[in-house]
Amino acid sequence: MILGSLLAFGALAPALQAPKADEDILITAGESGRRGGRLLVSLHSDPKTLNPVAAVDVPSKQVIALLFADLIHIRAYTQHTEPALAKSWKTSSAGRHYTLELRHGIHFSDGHPFDADDVVFSFKVYQDEKVHSPQRDLLEVGGKTIQVRKTGQYQVDFELPQPYAAAERLFDSVRILPRHLLERAYEEGKISQVWGTATDPRQIAGLGPFRLKQYVPGQQIVLERNPFYWKADPSGNRLPYLDEIAFLIVPTEDAEVIRFQAGDVDVISRIGADNYATLEQAQRARDYQLYDGGPGLEYNFLFFNLNDLSSKQLPDIGRKQEWFRRVEFRQAVSAAIDRESIVRLVYRGRATPLWDQVTPGNKLWINAAIPHAPRSLARAADLLRSAGFTRREDGVLVDARGQPVEFSILTNPSNAQRTKIATIVQDDLAQLGMQVHIVPLEFQAVMARIFDSYDYEATVLGLVSGDADPNPEINVWTSGGATHVWALSETHPTPGWQAEIDRLMQAQTAILDYRKRKQAYDRVQELVAQFDPVICLVSPHVLVGAKNTIGGFKPAVMGDYVLWNADQLFRTDLAEKR
Amino acid sequence: MIRNPKLWLSAVALVLIHLLVIGAVFFAPYDPTEQHRDLSMAPPVRIHFVDSRGQFYLRPFVCSWVAEAERTSPSGYVEDCSKPSPLRLLVRRETMRDGKTLKASWHLFGVDAPAQLSLLGTDDYGRDLFSRLLYGGQTSLGAGLLAAGLSLSLGLVLGCMAGYFGSWADDVIMRGAELFMALPWIYLLFAVRAFLPLHLGTRQAFLLLISVIGLTGWARPARLIRGVVLSARQRGYVLAARGFGASSASIVRRHILPEVSSVALTQAALLLPQYILAEVTFSFLGLGVGEPEPSWGNMLASLQTYSVLEGHWWMFASGLALVPIFLLFYAFADSLQGRFQLLDLSG
Repeated sequence: MILGSLLAFGALAPALQAPKADEDILITAGESGRRGGRLLVSLHSDPKTLNPVAAVDVPSKQVIALLFADLIHIRAYTQHTEPALAKSWKTSSAGRHYTLELRHGIHFSDGHPFDADDVVFSFKVYQDEKVHSPQRDLLEVGGKTIQVRKTGQYQVDFELPQPYAAAERLFDSVRILPRHLLERAYEEGKISQVWGTATDPRQIAGLGPFRLKQYVPGQQIVLERNPFYWKADPSGNRLPYLDEIAFLIVPTEDAEVIRFQAGDVDVISRIGADNYATLEQAQRARDYQLYDGGPGLEYNFLFFNLNDLSSKQLPDIGRKQEWFRRVEFRQAVSAAIDRESIVRLVYRGRATPLWDQVTPGNKLWINAAIPHAPRSLARAADLLRSAGFTRREDGVLVDARGQPVEFSILTNPSNAQRTKIATIVQDDLAQLGMQVHIVPLEFQAVMARIFDSYDYEATVLGLVSGDADPNPEINVWTSGGATHVWALSETHPTPGWQAEIDRLMQAQTAILDYRKRKQAYDRVQELVAQFDPVICLVSPHVLVGAKNTIGGFKPAVMGDYVLWNADQLFRTDLAEKR
Repeated sequence: MIRNPKLWLSAVALVLIHLLVIGAVFFAPYDPTEQHRDLSMAPPVRIHFVDSRGQFYLRPFVCSWVAEAERTSPSGYVEDCSKPSPLRLLVRRETMRDGKTLKASWHLFGVDAPAQLSLLGTDDYGRDLFSRLLYGGQTSLGAGLLAAGLSLSLGLVLGCMAGYFGSWADDVIMRGAELFMALPWIYLLFAVRAFLPLHLGTRQAFLLLISVIGLTGWARPARLIRGVVLSARQRGYVLAARGFGASSASIVRRHILPEVSSVALTQAALLLPQYILAEVTFSFLGLGVGEPEPSWGNMLASLQTYSVLEGHWWMFASGLALVPIFLLFYAFADSLQGRFQLLDLSG
């Protein structure tokens, strides 16, 4: 199979191997690889679309990331920005004005040239209210849109409504669209319907390292090398090295692990700690290598329902909120939870305990001064006593009115790790005299209760930051944010610490100096650690694996952990096959 | 007794198993919810008679499991025999809190702490699997018994009514039975669970489970019993009793129920394993008895993960326990039926 595709490609695209003189090619650093071959990757479900304007599900985004490119890219490995389709940029007037220089003479994957018109068109589409693209919110600064203007064939101006910290990070993941293919659909108001999964591959073109070759629903998606890609390695060979990437649809993690173990797929990402241990045992005998990348940007936390329930008919939960709203109560819960045990029992040591939302994986923004208080039942008991809770003769914790402290934690059994965390928390809190029930519900039902009906008492959830930067976290930490999960309907007046977080999160978006901005975000972390609006528990490590025959493999802790540098991955086993 | 050894052997074995389960407090060395977090997923303990120097001891001893820093064995634990703990009979264990004894209990056997006597290994949280198996049996076998009792008594009453009174009563009850037979249990339980308040205590969840299994299961025994009653009603002695002016209640009690009892007993022996399995299925899916209380179903739930399935064979314990129990129940039902047929022929 690999040999066959090699021969076919050798005949098709020899002329495009070396970059042409008038092309603004990006020369990458690092080792040079070998051309050819095919990489097999698994995907959890079928992508719903290949249209960057409409994609919201993870599999779609995963494939789209390889088909399209952005102007300025966040390099997952370093978490810093780097030039992509824009070879350079200048800022002026206190960070409000950005001028981007685009690459000359580069082409879309169908051979059509790229210029500033494509950029202006793309931003027009993403910012159009009628299109409802998921990127639209991200491209708003202070509630207003960014003005985009073409100032030359290869130059575009961006005018921000107000100074915005790390504005160049906004350009990441805004995939540039081909105007020559999509303008008509846009004018007809149909742009979000085009490029579904049934589209003829030849009608889809982007600036990414690969282009669509074939899609068999429920089985596989095959991407082929984009012969016009705008990057080359230090020896001047045009990237990407691989001829093909095939995504196999493998619905569960267990099935994925079995197929990786059997050698059916070449790389594996997001392995659970249990499966990692299973794979680790066979590592020496088989031809693959596993990597523990350390904590990623995911944080798991326990939280209580702190929503304003005055509009809902939930008297029981309302009564229990009197406990949940006590800072001492939440602090006591936090002090009583044995995070080390969670790390050991749930993640087999492949996780890091957390006391606030920023994980050690986020090297630029972590506040190292947050104290890592060890588990202390005595401190928890003191805190509860100070809040008027007492223990009855039979050991049951009761509040000031003599009501036993009893609540439930929602979990979805499909996520074994969260259920296990809940079971450990249940036992930890039982030692304080709290009676905790674990209620298994289907994932959609859990989400509906958190986001719509507010009919729950506590639950364990995990969030993954899209970027290391604090800006995307505004949604989580400010009241009124779409993922302010514990209090989507915030009480009025908001508690003092929440008001301070709101103010700091808004203020930091306009601070351009990294150090001052970090001070603001450090304070947010302090407030989260001190007032426990959510009780941060652990950050699971990024666990990935690859066959030994995959070269250039450099797992990152954000973005697509293994395919972020798909254009530089290569096969080392090609020579023998030839 | 000698005439039908299969019947008596299976009955005695079943009684013994149930006694073991009922007496879990005494037979299990640990509390089923007690976590030993440094012994997560430890394999079954090995019982030694001979120490490393080759010396033989009459009193068996166990060594403790120590987690390996660098994993070399499949389980991640190695035996540390530097401090062997002898097995003791009749030990007293105390649960302490704040220096006070909360509860104390006697156990048939055990070892001195810190050594752990995990005869069947431990689960994710280091809870003793053997203790959980015994306590879990209370849930699973108990659910089977109670649900079978419930559905059988319902089946008996409704089946007798349908068979004895016939005409419209028969029609209504039998059409109802068909309706119940068509009900999908699992979805029914999903639906019932969704309507109930969030935190159902363990006991309420258990009762709910039993009522759903029992209330939906009456149809099959009712149909069988109706058939038997229908034929008994036409017997000469029943007609004679009626001729002498006996009331319906006394005819049913004195002449029809004795006819039915053999069928009912055999049915019970067949329904029991079915209902035990139903409880195990529901708890496996997370719909039945919840953590931390054990049930044979939720004990199997961790096998849903590939790594456990592949590397921790002792987690199959509760599933394996079902096999001999089911075989015993079926053997019992089988020989019971054979015996009643023999009685029928001779009488």
